[in-house]
Amino acid sequence: MRITRRIALGLSAAALALTIGGATAQEKLRIGTEGAYPPFNNLTADGKLEGFDVDIARALCEEMGVECEFVTQDWDGIIPALQAGKFDAIVASMSITPERDEQVDFTKPYYTNSLVFVAPKEAEFDADNVEGKAIGVQAGTIAAEYVEENYPDAELRAYPSQLEAWADLSNERVDAVLADFGVQYEWVNSEGGACCEFKGDAVGGDDVIGIAVREGETELVEKFNAAIDAIRENGTYAEVNAKYFPFDIYGE
Amino acid sequence: MSEPPPAIGAPALSARGSDVVPPPPPARGWARARVTGIALLGLWALVGAGTLLFLLSSWNAELFARYAPRYLSGLLVTVQLVAISIVLGAVLSVPIALGRRSKSRIVATLSYAYVYFFRGTPLLAQTFLVYYGLGSFRPELQAVGLWGFFREAWYCAIFAFSLNTAAYQAEILRGAFESVGRGQWEAASALGLSRLQTVYKIILPQAAIVALRPYGNEIILMIKGSAIVAIITVYDLMGETRRAYSRTFDFQTYIWAALIYLSIVEMLRLGVDRIERRLTRHLRR
Repeated sequence: MRITRRIALGLSAAALALTIGGATAQEKLRIGTEGAYPPFNNLTADGKLEGFDVDIARALCEEMGVECEFVTQDWDGIIPALQAGKFDAIVASMSITPERDEQVDFTKPYYTNSLVFVAPKEAEFDADNVEGKAIGVQAGTIAAEYVEENYPDAELRAYPSQLEAWADLSNERVDAVLADFGVQYEWVNSEGGACCEFKGDAVGGDDVIGIAVREGETELVEKFNAAIDAIRENGTYAEVNAKYFPFDIYGE
Repeated sequence: MSEPPPAIGAPALSARGSDVVPPPPPARGWARARVTGIALLGLWALVGAGTLLFLLSSWNAELFARYAPRYLSGLLVTVQLVAISIVLGAVLSVPIALGRRSKSRIVATLSYAYVYFFRGTPLLAQTFLVYYGLGSFRPELQAVGLWGFFREAWYCAIFAFSLNTAAYQAEILRGAFESVGRGQWEAASALGLSRLQTVYKIILPQAAIVALRPYGNEIILMIKGSAIVAIITVYDLMGETRRAYSRTFDFQTYIWAALIYLSIVEMLRLGVDRIERRLTRHLRR
């Protein structure tokens, strides 16, 4: 079953594979990230990548002694792009979920996440009673999944990136936005998010974030794991953490 | 074959039987073009077979059962969106097409600018501008009472799509009307037909033949173009597909969507063929 599937995929993507095939030999490690997820990975005004994920990835590359190159890719195509060999690892605040784990291999977590609601300050938003409320999420994230599964009464609005979900929250097209704690924290403390605040406790608590590589690339996973341990120990991680968050994001 | 064609207006020399040369027999053998053609055909057949094989080998009944209702609701959204937009666009296109032919410079320029803008910019950009762009003018829109309309992604989508397709349909309409010769108008007026009768009985049936294919194309383009509404949170067929894919990471979700789009387009094609046969029944021998 698996093999015929592979062959079939290979046939239909024959032309594609030809163009990609030659690119695997180089020494450079290509890191895929979204570039629209501040403060984890976003593009600055002059088009440079910055953020927690980016800094961590740079530190890991340095630790592993490889040269790294970043590739930005829309979120909903990021796993297929990894599988197609457009890059070798995803460092983009990706939650480790069973569905994703079937498609890719994950390293050990490099930070811990939870989901939290943000809504306008004056609004009365109760996470336990969301019937008929419009909740904005980014499509293809665990937040989208969480709302779908836990709040069937709510009206789910899925956006291509987190930025548009927030834009519509400020426009009052949605009543609240559910997203990762880290991005929400950054946003409510920014100018654009001044309207809004956290509502209720964090939900979906036991979520951890890892680096994704293509299935079967155990060697790369081990190199990443060792590098994560190393930057945890030598203080680089703490430095990057402090640059973005006044709290410990790693979690134990 | 070797003789140059007679100049226009020259007497028809070839009317005599002895000048008629039978066409050369069809070329045989393996010309380069033929080899290339067969090779390309083979490549496409391989791609098609690969896709089919992939679909068969990855067929997952459980997945299908779970997502089929969602695809259906997505399909419904797509069909509604396109149908409403095409109809509204058709209504809007009439004054625009008339405006393009208007003797008033201002009206003609305005309708030209309208068509120029909506044909010259991507539908994606227009949809984005209407939804997110107008969203940033919320206080102003609220002041004039239009926010209730633009707040909803669904209305924004219909608004943007109708304006877009109106521009294309106006051009189709104008082109089709202009393709009917002046002589037809003159003949109609010589017969004493009123303007309305002329349009309805003489111009429209001829213009319809010219307009039908472009109209069909426009609907097909709208159906495929409508896939972008997913970016403004409307769950159309493509939106449902992406949702299914983001949950399963299974490529067959996209192949299902492709097959559904293909069958809609095929149905439309058959419909247009039918209408064309009906419209051109007087031309058939």
